[in-house]
Amino acid sequence: MTQDETLIRLSEVRMEGVGKRYGAAWVVKDVSISIRPGEFYTLLGPSGCGKTTLLRMLAGFAQPDEGRIFVDDEPIDSVPPWKRNLGMVFQHYALWPHMSVFENVAFGLRERRVSGAELDSKVKAALQQVGLEGFEPRRPSQLSGGQQQRVALARTLIVQPRLLLLDEPLSNLDAQLRSQMRLELARLHRDVGITTLYVTHDQAEALSLSTRIAVLSEGALVQEGRPEEIYWKPRNAFVAEFVGAANLVPVSVIELREMGVVVQTTGGARLPVSSGGHAWSVGDRALLCLRPEALRVEEAERSAGGIPGTIAAHVFEGSRQLYDVTIPGGTIKVEMITSALVGRSFKLGDQVRVEVSPETSVLLPDEGSTA
Amino acid sequence: MIRRPSAESALVWSLLLLLGAGIVCPLLQVLSVAVMVDGRPTAAPLLAFFARPLFREAFVNTLASGVLAVALGSLIAVPLALSTVRYSFPGRGLLTTLGLLPLVIPPFVGAVAFQQILGRSGTVNLFLLERFGVTVPFMEGLWGVIMVQTLHYFPFIWLNTAAALSALDRSLEEAAENLGSSGFRLFRRVLLPLSLPGYAAGALLTFIRVIDDLGTPLMLNYTTLLAPQAYMRVTTVGLTDVDGYVICAVLVALSLSALWISKGLLGRGEFTAVGRSGETPARVLGAGGALAVWAIAILLLGPALLPHVGIVLLSVSKVWSLSPLPSVYTLGNYDEILFRVPHFIWNTLRYAFLAAALDVGLGAVIARLLLRGRTRGRQWLDAIATMPLAVPGVVLAVGYLRVFHGWSVPGLGAPLTSTWLILVIVYAVRRLPYTVRGAYAALQLQPVSLEEAAQNLGAGRARAFLKVTLPLMGRGLLAGGLLAFVSSAVDLSSTILLVPHVELGPLSYGIYLYMQSAVGRGPGAALGVVAIALVAAGTWRATRLAHGGAGLFRA
Repeated sequence: MTQDETLIRLSEVRMEGVGKRYGAAWVVKDVSISIRPGEFYTLLGPSGCGKTTLLRMLAGFAQPDEGRIFVDDEPIDSVPPWKRNLGMVFQHYALWPHMSVFENVAFGLRERRVSGAELDSKVKAALQQVGLEGFEPRRPSQLSGGQQQRVALARTLIVQPRLLLLDEPLSNLDAQLRSQMRLELARLHRDVGITTLYVTHDQAEALSLSTRIAVLSEGALVQEGRPEEIYWKPRNAFVAEFVGAANLVPVSVIELREMGVVVQTTGGARLPVSSGGHAWSVGDRALLCLRPEALRVEEAERSAGGIPGTIAAHVFEGSRQLYDVTIPGGTIKVEMITSALVGRSFKLGDQVRVEVSPETSVLLPDEGSTA
Repeated sequence: MIRRPSAESALVWSLLLLLGAGIVCPLLQVLSVAVMVDGRPTAAPLLAFFARPLFREAFVNTLASGVLAVALGSLIAVPLALSTVRYSFPGRGLLTTLGLLPLVIPPFVGAVAFQQILGRSGTVNLFLLERFGVTVPFMEGLWGVIMVQTLHYFPFIWLNTAAALSALDRSLEEAAENLGSSGFRLFRRVLLPLSLPGYAAGALLTFIRVIDDLGTPLMLNYTTLLAPQAYMRVTTVGLTDVDGYVICAVLVALSLSALWISKGLLGRGEFTAVGRSGETPARVLGAGGALAVWAIAILLLGPALLPHVGIVLLSVSKVWSLSPLPSVYTLGNYDEILFRVPHFIWNTLRYAFLAAALDVGLGAVIARLLLRGRTRGRQWLDAIATMPLAVPGVVLAVGYLRVFHGWSVPGLGAPLTSTWLILVIVYAVRRLPYTVRGAYAALQLQPVSLEEAAQNLGAGRARAFLKVTLPLMGRGLLAGGLLAFVSSAVDLSSTILLVPHVELGPLSYGIYLYMQSAVGRGPGAALGVVAIALVAAGTWRATRLAHGGAGLFRA
């Protein structure tokens, strides 16, 4: 917190095959991840995917039933929470209502036997860093949600923890405050440079803040990667649909090529696409993942490629135009930027073609679909 | 997080041992004497019990007094609960406060006052005799006992029913109205079933207290009830008499049956916990309605407030006999109890304080273990710690006499039962449920993350508990402690059996002794006024601490 840059040694985390069970149900299954020094690493997934349990195991509030967790190459399983020095910001902030802002922020330092003028000046600096100077005498109940959030951050950062653990820190704020706090978290991470583990179910937060993201589903790690990778190269249908909007068009593989494969939709349209890192053979069923903003709607007679369909809905949003295009076997959502060049808009019932570029489409295995 | 379960389980097991010795062991001792002969189970003592007409009558009377006190109490309490919760009228707050007043007068003190006002030669009968030449036997026999108990205990039903009613979501009622229900049908089909759990809790508490009430029958000199019979067997025949234990076992069985029946009513589900959309707005009554409510309230509540007047008058009277009001007034009674024999008050204060302090400590630790612990066996802590609610004080006292009379306190060389410690222990045990409940409720409202945040910042388990959890439990815990204090201060059921000798007796014992003689009634009443003042002050603080917590008076 005090900008003693020379002293800051960035910490790293390694989880090896971590599992956690409540009764017979595994809430975390064989998760192995490593968080590099200085990273802003995000655990992303729907509620119940085990992301908070992972965070709590790292903080020491739950014990893994399998696997091991290392911080800076030391196993921490036998270290009690109060000796781990891993700063956690709780989802509902957990500010102590019987203490003033000053006492809340000073708590960790008092535990470390800091007192007097040193304590005062450090608390002051910590509150200054989150823009709350002068709030020392207030009670948590007298603060707004955003202010409570900042106090929680200051209270954690003041002890210079090895890691910053954030559990859905923005989920209690309204939309506007959320995007503002998002920017501040990014700034704070830049300024303090602390290795950060962030837990969220909000893909926009994950994509905008993280250096890397781990997507979790039903306790298991599904995909790990940079935000761009997660978004453009989802490994399966779950990731594609959870991170951003996605059209998943059922197709079958009809031809293997050197650079990719050719697939055919139910309606008979043939499209060359990249293989997406999977090994395909002719006849495989698959899902073609198409991001709405990477598609274009063209008049049927003007273009040859793409998927033919009919306009089923049209919304004009000013800067964007949203189309629902009905194709045999489903609907494709298309999102186009309105510009002078693409001035034309389509009417309901128009026959169109949806143009697909091979670089932005990903072919995914069709897991368990009966269609 | 609990890193070393062994430390926690050591704590759990030592608490279990402590509570086992203080609650389970005495209880089992009593029961085993009642149903075992020479180590073999037998029904002989029980059959012998029911073969004796006196005991049969006492059994029927006890059951009748419990049931009638609940039934008559409900007749007073339910209308008052409905009108104070559902209607708004001038003086509603005052009426709610008046409802607490019967509780602040210990029932055996109330009995004396009732005797003075409604007794054979009390104010009312003397007046009637003078004017009309007739008397009404208000206070004679069982009916007198039941009347005093009803008028003392009905606020339990009132408070619990009112709490259940006011916790109801207004929209539940509106939905019924929207579908065409109104008036009495609305009450019967929606409000009644929804407030049943609260009512059942109050009724249960009333029943258990009534059958355990030793002071009222003794004061009114009516002893054909189980509690006084047990007391008389133990004090006159002695600790070896099997009948005393059988009576105790029957009392426990009655308590447990009542608990079981009310669990059945409650078991249909706790409705009040469902999310609610704010305070139920009360209907504003017009002048006519308000007058009607007050008229009913005065009619119902009035008799319950008579003893307060009676006891104060008695405490300042030098001579009050065979006259409607005292003929000579004096402050000498207060001089007696405050300066000449101050040990009754002093004993009460220190016993009740020590017991309450013990309860606060135990309550905090037990609640923490119950909600945040991991060790197996802690659910037994809950079961055992709440047990005293259903164990009559007489029974516990008899058990203590049996278990501890041969057990010397190390360093004192005297048996535990001949020191004042026995009183502190029995008070602490009997009131432990108050602080466990208070602490439990307070801790339940507290997110675990508050304690975890402290641990995360470097505070160990004990320090996190002391710096964060305990201060935040404070109000609930303190409220429970205050109630433990006041109800210990006026306990008679266990006290009367366990007081080693007069100098060690507390206030309630003093009142009992003074009331044995005509000249003692003045000082006894003065002690009664002190008791009322203590209880009133403590209850008032406790309800303020617990935010008007009617939940404090729950079983």
